[in-house]
Amino acid sequence: MTQEYEITIGLETHIQLNTVTKAFCGCKADSWNDAPNTNICPICSGQPGSLPAVNKAMVEKGLMLCLAMNSNVNLTSYFDRKNYMYADLPSGYQVTQDNRPIGVGGYLDFTMDDGREVRVHIHNLHMEEDAGKTKNEGDIRLIDMNRCGVPLIEMVTMPDLHSADEAATYLMRLRQLLRWIGVSEANMERAHLRCDANVSIAPKGSKTLGKKCEIKNINSIEAVRTAISFEIQRQIREVEAGRKIEQWTIEWDNDAQVLRKMRSKETAADYRYFREPNLMPVVISPEFYEDVKRRMPEMPWARRARFMSDFGLPAYDASILTADRETSEFFEAACRTYAGDHKRVSNWMMNEVLRVVNEKGVPLSELAIRPEDLAEIIKLVDAKTVNTSTGKSLVDKVLETGKKPAEIVKELGLGLVSDEGAIKEVCRKIVDANPKEVASYRGGKETLIGWFVGQVMKEMRGKADPEMAKAILTELLKG
Amino acid sequence: MTNLTHLTALEQAKLIRDREISAAELLDATLKQVAKVDGRPGSVDGVETEQDLEKVHAFITMTEAQARAKAADVDRRIAAGEPVGPLAGVPYSAKDVFCTKGIQTTAAAKILNGWKPPYNATVIDRMDKTDAVLFGKVNLDEFTFGGSNETTAFKPTVRNPWDYTRVPGGSSGGSAAAVAADEGAISLGTDTGGSIREPAAFTGTVGLKPTYGRVSRYGVIPFASSMDTIGPLTRSVSDAALVMREIAGADPRDGVTGRVAVEDYLAELEKGVKGMRIGISPDYLKITHINDDGEYASAPIDEDVLAKMERAVAIFRALGAEIIDDVPMKNTKYSVPAYFVISRIEAYSNLQRYDGLRFGMPTKRETADMYDLYYKTRGEGFGYQTKLRLLTGLFVSQEKYYEKYYRRAEQARGLLRADFDRAFDPNGKYRLDVLLTPSTPSPAFEFGGATAKDSLLMQFADQFTSPMNFAGTPGISFPAGLSKDGLPVGLQAAGYDYSEAKILRAAYAFEQATADEDWRSVKPMALR
Ligand SMILES: [Zn+2]
Repeated sequence: MTQEYEITIGLETHIQLNTVTKAFCGCKADSWNDAPNTNICPICSGQPGSLPAVNKAMVEKGLMLCLAMNSNVNLTSYFDRKNYMYADLPSGYQVTQDNRPIGVGGYLDFTMDDGREVRVHIHNLHMEEDAGKTKNEGDIRLIDMNRCGVPLIEMVTMPDLHSADEAATYLMRLRQLLRWIGVSEANMERAHLRCDANVSIAPKGSKTLGKKCEIKNINSIEAVRTAISFEIQRQIREVEAGRKIEQWTIEWDNDAQVLRKMRSKETAADYRYFREPNLMPVVISPEFYEDVKRRMPEMPWARRARFMSDFGLPAYDASILTADRETSEFFEAACRTYAGDHKRVSNWMMNEVLRVVNEKGVPLSELAIRPEDLAEIIKLVDAKTVNTSTGKSLVDKVLETGKKPAEIVKELGLGLVSDEGAIKEVCRKIVDANPKEVASYRGGKETLIGWFVGQVMKEMRGKADPEMAKAILTELLKG
Repeated sequence: MTNLTHLTALEQAKLIRDREISAAELLDATLKQVAKVDGRPGSVDGVETEQDLEKVHAFITMTEAQARAKAADVDRRIAAGEPVGPLAGVPYSAKDVFCTKGIQTTAAAKILNGWKPPYNATVIDRMDKTDAVLFGKVNLDEFTFGGSNETTAFKPTVRNPWDYTRVPGGSSGGSAAAVAADEGAISLGTDTGGSIREPAAFTGTVGLKPTYGRVSRYGVIPFASSMDTIGPLTRSVSDAALVMREIAGADPRDGVTGRVAVEDYLAELEKGVKGMRIGISPDYLKITHINDDGEYASAPIDEDVLAKMERAVAIFRALGAEIIDDVPMKNTKYSVPAYFVISRIEAYSNLQRYDGLRFGMPTKRETADMYDLYYKTRGEGFGYQTKLRLLTGLFVSQEKYYEKYYRRAEQARGLLRADFDRAFDPNGKYRLDVLLTPSTPSPAFEFGGATAKDSLLMQFADQFTSPMNFAGTPGISFPAGLSKDGLPVGLQAAGYDYSEAKILRAAYAFEQATADEDWRSVKPMALR
């Protein structure tokens, strides 16, 4: 009989905040595609005598994340120095928050694909500055200080995750949340969201937790899933081979898709934390707190629940339509303009609008279609001004031209012809031109009615009201 | 012809504004004075020779070209009738920890030899706005670590203009010596434990250490960031008041600067001390130290210093001040040891950035890897005292000693601060305006004195000044006479947070009351 194992995972995430400027100076925070060492100043490059000054936007975004994660906010928190010398750390210490960070505790609830509810507790959230980037070229170590001083939130979970899948789902939910509340672009490929995972296993029923190994440098959701799975398998192999798990630090090599041991457990480094004397305590006034709280958007899980309860959407629809804030807001705006069946809007959203989003791989905001356009198209179909397939093609035409749907219908003459006389004329023409088929129909092959309607539609380039055409043809073919 | 270089900054500024002299003339006179008394500038290759022993050696770098350009600009604007700042054309020097854009800034450390900062300290910019003329950067103890200027890596070291065998004090020793030797009427210094007030006392000059946060520290190479302050050294109290008025104030680049309004300290001076409550504390009339048995013990201070104290009390009383005796400042004894812990932890951390790569020079030896590069560069670039502070800082900052050292030192800091809160509480028992203390337990000591045996007074040279850095409160050292050996003695008027105006008033009242006393006309050795 095979032994089962209890898997325990904790994640340490570093979240790059999307502030305009860096944490403690006026340099541009986002240096994507910028040449090395172009966004630096005396402060973030650690010139002697320079001093940090706190970027209020960092505190505001930190507070927003605390609120979203249900953390207890320390209205007074402190910055500390974490001392260590390294080439990409210009001051020889990192300004971070040690014993009184902005957020303590908290949790995030999420639902797994199989419907299971998982709650991950948060140990703490703290603000800190990023270090620079080191690149080795042969014997030369190159340092890019553009990233020095970029604001980060470090958020550490409790060991509440029990599978690679849960870890990946948590990270997906977190990424969704960060974008939703607008504190980070959360692009893992660009390292806006970085993740280290602590993984340990223990035989099921065993009371003692196994030694944990830390996987560093996991930079995509897929990598989190794979790296953790591999590590779990490795640890199981070790245990089953009768070996002890040693406390390792492991690196995930994404190109080779392998784990590499970096080092064994060393004596814990002594960072000699002490208060950063150059910065006053971070004081969040009750007014500022309330103001930020008031401006917080409805959370994705609350909106999903509301879409189900108030809009009567199925869970599947509600999840998809709240995958990101933009989609959910687009949907709600379309519903407001349409003022009809929400499920009908949901279908159009998912089948037409999100289809294009997926095909083009661009965010909704970059598409030319607006919520009122979608509502108008659905209304045109409802009013039989156009048929369903024309309606669908209207979505594409709006995207191409950016024009209003009604305008396109008018310009291209896409409207359905409901003029009975005009349709009758074409029907008569078709009946007269196809005596053989008329004979067959009259001989009892009544299914041919579809063929006749098709011919009429073809002749009228799809603009005839098919219901009307069918009624007229049936009348004419009676003979 | 008046001796231009012996005038105060206010007098010099007036002559220039009145077009009696030009800024260029005054600059020439100042540079001539430097050429006459200063001797060789300090350099990392400098070896002290016999000839060096009779010169002041206040300077490391002269900024003659920039100074001439600035003076010419001032002269042009005055000629054109354009407005100029209150210190227009007045030459001044700055301790070599103030970053000056494109001008070498060394902190008197070999590791920064040749470094030209890419930016100006806020205070340098503010001085430029007053149209003062920066003409040189002066020597100091390496990274400000010391009270005698002996730890500088730039030799020859600064000598006391009153007696070349004695130290000028430190760490703003170059500033104090320059001002005392008429090499500029103003020098900017820094004070972390007494580094403005001690050298001021040793050289018979005025040194003002403001409230922590009164003057921006931006662009000043730090020692201990929670205690570093910036202030002027001058020959008159009015000059100190004027400079403070110009450099004080909130700076968005230094978050600890307070938004408290800056008073017109100069205008306030004349208000006098009538009715002012001036306190004397027994805890500032003796040295408290820990003896070989680990017990607190006291030692008397120099009797000349004590005598000047007593005289000053009599003068203040005669001027109408109310003297409050026996003000307890019981936690003064914790100042030196607690200051030791906190200042070294912060200093160690502030020294972490010196790797010889982005500023200064890396080692020229072969290096195996990054850490070897650090090891060699820092080994060569840091002096003995810096290494000592780094090591002690590393030792006491260990996580396992956090409670034992850092936490206790912070507690001591709280106690010390409470002493000040109690003494200056406007509703309390003492309600002081000013606390009068000796600036130092003794006058300037001889070179090598602080490390010699029986050097208690020298080792504890900052016992009366470091409490103010700990508490964050202001203090001004002003000359109070000469010792039997003809050495200057300084007294300190200490105040509560942001009470610069009051302590300046007290120092000014004393200065005016003693203006005609004989000792005032005695010139330092360098000027005789
Ligand atoms: Zn910067």
